[in-house]
Amino acid sequence: MSNKQNQPQDEKERIGVYVCHCGSNIAGVVDVEDVAVWAKEELGDQGVVVSRDYKFMCSSLGQEMIENDIKEQGLNRVVVAACSPHLHEATFRKACERAGLNPYLSELVSIREQVSWVHTDKEKATEKAKAMVAGGVERVIENEPLEPLRVPIHPATLVVGGGIAGIQAALEIADAGYQVYMVEREPSIGGHMAQFDKTFPTLDCAACILTPKMVSVGEHPNIELLTWSEVERVEGYVGNFSVTVRKRPRYVDTDLCTGCGICWEKCPKKVIDEDFEQGLGYRTAVYTPFPQAVPKYPVIDTESCIFFANGKCKACEKLCPTGAINFDQEEEILLLEVGNIIIATGFDTFDARRIPEYGYGRLANVFTSVEFERMCNAAGPTNGEVVLRDGVTKPEAVGIVHCVGSRDRNYNNYCSVICCMSSLKFAHLVKERTGAEVYNFYIDMRTAYKDYDEFYQRVMEEGVLFVRGRVAEITDATRNPGEEGKLVVQVEDTLAGRQRRIPVDMAILSVGLQPPSDTKEVAQRFGISCSASGWITEKHPKLDPVATMTEGIFIAGAIQGPKDIPTSVAQGAAAAARVLGRINKGEMYLEPIRATVDPEKCSGCRICNNLCPFGAIIFHEDLMVTEINHALCQGCGTCVAACPAGAISGTGFSNEQVLSQIEGLLAYSFPKDFELVEMVPA
Amino acid sequence: MSEQFEPVIIGFTCNWCSYRAADMAGTARIKYPPNIRLVRLMCSGRLDPTFVLKALSEGADGVLITGCHPGECHYLEQNYKALRRYRLLLKTIAQMGIEPERVKLVWASAAEGVQLARAITTFVEEIRALGPLRWPLRLAEMDIKETAAVEEVVA
Amino acid sequence: MTKYLFYPGCSMQKNARSYLDSMMAIRPELDITFEEVDDWNCCGATEYWSVHQVKAHALIGRNLALAEQQANGSNTLVAGCSACYLNLAKTANYLEEDLQLRAKIDDALAVGGLHFTPGSLDIRHLLDIVFNDVGLEKIRSKVVRPLTGLRVAPYYGCMIVRPDRENRYGNPEYPTALDKLLEALGATVIDFPQKTHCCGGHMTQISPEVAYELLHRLISGADRYNADLIVTLCPMCQLNLDAYQGDMNTFMDTDYHMPCLYFTQMMGLAFGHDPKELGIGKEFVDAGPALAKIGVELPEAEERPKPKPRRKQKQEGLPMPRMGDGNE
Repeated sequence: MSNKQNQPQDEKERIGVYVCHCGSNIAGVVDVEDVAVWAKEELGDQGVVVSRDYKFMCSSLGQEMIENDIKEQGLNRVVVAACSPHLHEATFRKACERAGLNPYLSELVSIREQVSWVHTDKEKATEKAKAMVAGGVERVIENEPLEPLRVPIHPATLVVGGGIAGIQAALEIADAGYQVYMVEREPSIGGHMAQFDKTFPTLDCAACILTPKMVSVGEHPNIELLTWSEVERVEGYVGNFSVTVRKRPRYVDTDLCTGCGICWEKCPKKVIDEDFEQGLGYRTAVYTPFPQAVPKYPVIDTESCIFFANGKCKACEKLCPTGAINFDQEEEILLLEVGNIIIATGFDTFDARRIPEYGYGRLANVFTSVEFERMCNAAGPTNGEVVLRDGVTKPEAVGIVHCVGSRDRNYNNYCSVICCMSSLKFAHLVKERTGAEVYNFYIDMRTAYKDYDEFYQRVMEEGVLFVRGRVAEITDATRNPGEEGKLVVQVEDTLAGRQRRIPVDMAILSVGLQPPSDTKEVAQRFGISCSASGWITEKHPKLDPVATMTEGIFIAGAIQGPKDIPTSVAQGAAAAARVLGRINKGEMYLEPIRATVDPEKCSGCRICNNLCPFGAIIFHEDLMVTEINHALCQGCGTCVAACPAGAISGTGFSNEQVLSQIEGLLAYSFPKDFELVEMVPA
Repeated sequence: MSEQFEPVIIGFTCNWCSYRAADMAGTARIKYPPNIRLVRLMCSGRLDPTFVLKALSEGADGVLITGCHPGECHYLEQNYKALRRYRLLLKTIAQMGIEPERVKLVWASAAEGVQLARAITTFVEEIRALGPLRWPLRLAEMDIKETAAVEEVVA
Repeated sequence: MTKYLFYPGCSMQKNARSYLDSMMAIRPELDITFEEVDDWNCCGATEYWSVHQVKAHALIGRNLALAEQQANGSNTLVAGCSACYLNLAKTANYLEEDLQLRAKIDDALAVGGLHFTPGSLDIRHLLDIVFNDVGLEKIRSKVVRPLTGLRVAPYYGCMIVRPDRENRYGNPEYPTALDKLLEALGATVIDFPQKTHCCGGHMTQISPEVAYELLHRLISGADRYNADLIVTLCPMCQLNLDAYQGDMNTFMDTDYHMPCLYFTQMMGLAFGHDPKELGIGKEFVDAGPALAKIGVELPEAEERPKPKPRRKQKQEGLPMPRMGDGNE
């Protein structure tokens, strides 16, 4: 009953069927011996010459059984009835390959996840297993020997994002001797870590440990640093990406600029720095975000610059000793050829204005965690002094609120991982610098990982007060004596079992982490996907956290999900290792599941042309036929299904294969006496 | 011997989402009726309507089409194309003597093993209520009726 | 000219007469007309719920049935009093969802030859239609006497935001509709922390100490932000804040003089109406000194102590926090 049109007529199939017990996982429900015997008897006409059952097909002995049969029995097709193809398809393909059979002439039929584990009626399960095997046998007859596609791997790598994860990845690859392009949106690399004062649990100065790495990146001969730039377009496929980068004009000639700083010292226009200083400090129109910026070249913010507003001033240009200011500088569009891409675009923080009960944005002395980092930072707007909004007064009582916007169905449902530790860090810093009374309002204390819980214990010993409860409100509407002139934190103290109103001078909101606001667009640009909460989806949450479903594109750091600095560094290094492995091999093999257009059959109707999101379908105007680029084709098969003439064939999932599988499945799904077609009277 | 009618259903799954959902149902040992046989495709967009017709013509009583949720397709947008084809298919099979309720489209992400199992169980019962399809027989009956009608007119 | 069905409620006829008068006075500027529901009855306020729930629903249901019957060209029923609004909206909502209740109320209304179809009416508060239907653009265009220099505390009261599932006034925890409306009239709106806190309601009758404490929180809060007056949208709130302020002062040993007016009266003033037309001048706490700031002379203005001098705030230290353009 199989379509033999594509088969060389002289070669009869010799099919081997192997039914796995999987211990008792399958054998406990499905009568595997019966299935094996049945396969030989019923499907012998289809070409089944060998049919065995075995305890563990994936074991070395199981695989050897297949290899021996291929060699001794001259098998040219193999069907294994066992677990899910997602687990062992590769195993059995390799076994075939070792025995000299094209690996794509094998099929793994799932009778475990799809039969023995989900059904209880043993008789019906065995019947279904037989039908599944029949489907597999009919399908495998139509399988064609395929060769994986070889693609060369360009040795250059693109790292998107200059935070700690991206920096680590870039340095690893560059130190190994390969070219790296780092694209960073801000004027300097360093990411959020550059904003911090101390890092937990060691209380290392963030800048002290970060800036050496930043300098290495800036000076590395193998790293081309493109800051104040963004990725515009990505085309191509693994090993051969063409990336268009837009380099925004700094209006500073980097060949001439020495980083002396006279321009921003003398610039008359001051604005509130919303980005690096989080709105707590000021910067000038021409600026570097922070003193240790890499690269050291300033940029001009055209929205605040007087010259760009009305043509006046030009103080920077007049005073620059090397004449590096260039108001006519234009943006540059660069085309980069890379083999692999690592996306390390980090995180944004939750906007605490969305929770008006906490008073952020309205009440003067409610700060977010990042604002407080800037306050603590010695190079920050208060030179490291912990003071109230007036810039002078030290607080006598400080409340730190955990989980702002996190673990909350109204905002973000997930836990942001680092806030408990950073809240403890703040508690310690406030105590150290002001001696104030400190309250931490928490739900749970999440201090896993090395030395974290010891840090918690230390902070407890320093006399910080912990209140377990969700803060209901932070308000300046005082009621009771002792509250005058203070902020009142109203909270349910769940351990004491009552409501409390705690007067404080300053409140710090530990805001949760969020994916950067344009992550969905960025993901689409690279052809990868985001999860429901917006973080980029990894290939496998446990076993493959730095790869994505798209070959050649990796992720590292917070963009994969909230995490701390050590984990971000580890992921950066992991992504780099994967890339280096690819570069080292020089080439990659891609699954040969592709679509091909038969130009003879193509009528040029172009129905398929608009169906490909990967741009793999090209129409040749001169020949009036469509062609598919095999390297870009991802093998989804949509065009195959769409072609009205059947001119497009899809390897690995051809029409013949699927139709035969359906036939096989249904041929043995009905009782023996089942009549489908009645004799029609003439 | 009145046995309950056991429908035979063919299910099409996509490699990245719904097939993994079926695997997940298996790993979690969630039970569903054995009436369904699943066919794996790389993407729901691969679903050629002829596959559905083939299944029905070979005796299946119902067809369940599954894929990634809109917006989550591994190949970005191909499940929308599957949806379009499905809508058109429903209109077509109605004219060919098949109740549109026999072909159903369900989205299932890789984490939704429970939901997929539930959808399968529900669908089996829906088809059971509709009764056997026996499409070739039905077509033959339709053919006889039409031939008779034509003959009447001609006569 | 948009027409709305109108349910005045008992308060607006009596103690909150000025609310009704001012509301009617500004109809031309807002280009709306109200058609009063014929033969309406008391909504039962907050009391009747604790007496008998089903009967309370029936009492309110009668109004709904009459309104539905009368609806010609408009199916929006507007109430100015927050309690009346909430009662009408609650009953309409419950009758939609609770079929058992609906059966009982159908029976009750049938006795009077009436019937109410759940879902047939859209019940809204006066502030809702002014802010969302008329819109700030139109209101701004009608302002002839901007309330410049007047510091107002926008007071929503507890009822209209509990519940407010559709965010009609902004975030229910921190609504901004009244704030924006008063800003459009030219006033300086303070960031009133107790804008949705309870005024005590009928506690003034049942347990006065509780009411005085709550009133004290509101008035002292507004005073701390140097408000000249509190603007409200509910007759109960206005009554408590105004008529009971003296008793509150006695009880708490304070000396506040915080007048409380309706938002419709503020709109009327901004549109250039005469204060008498708007019912201003009858309050217990004289609004004269406050309104003198915008050049409005009240008839029979008595000698009142001058308002406390403003506390100057020097802009030093870190830049002040900002909310951004809109409220999320």
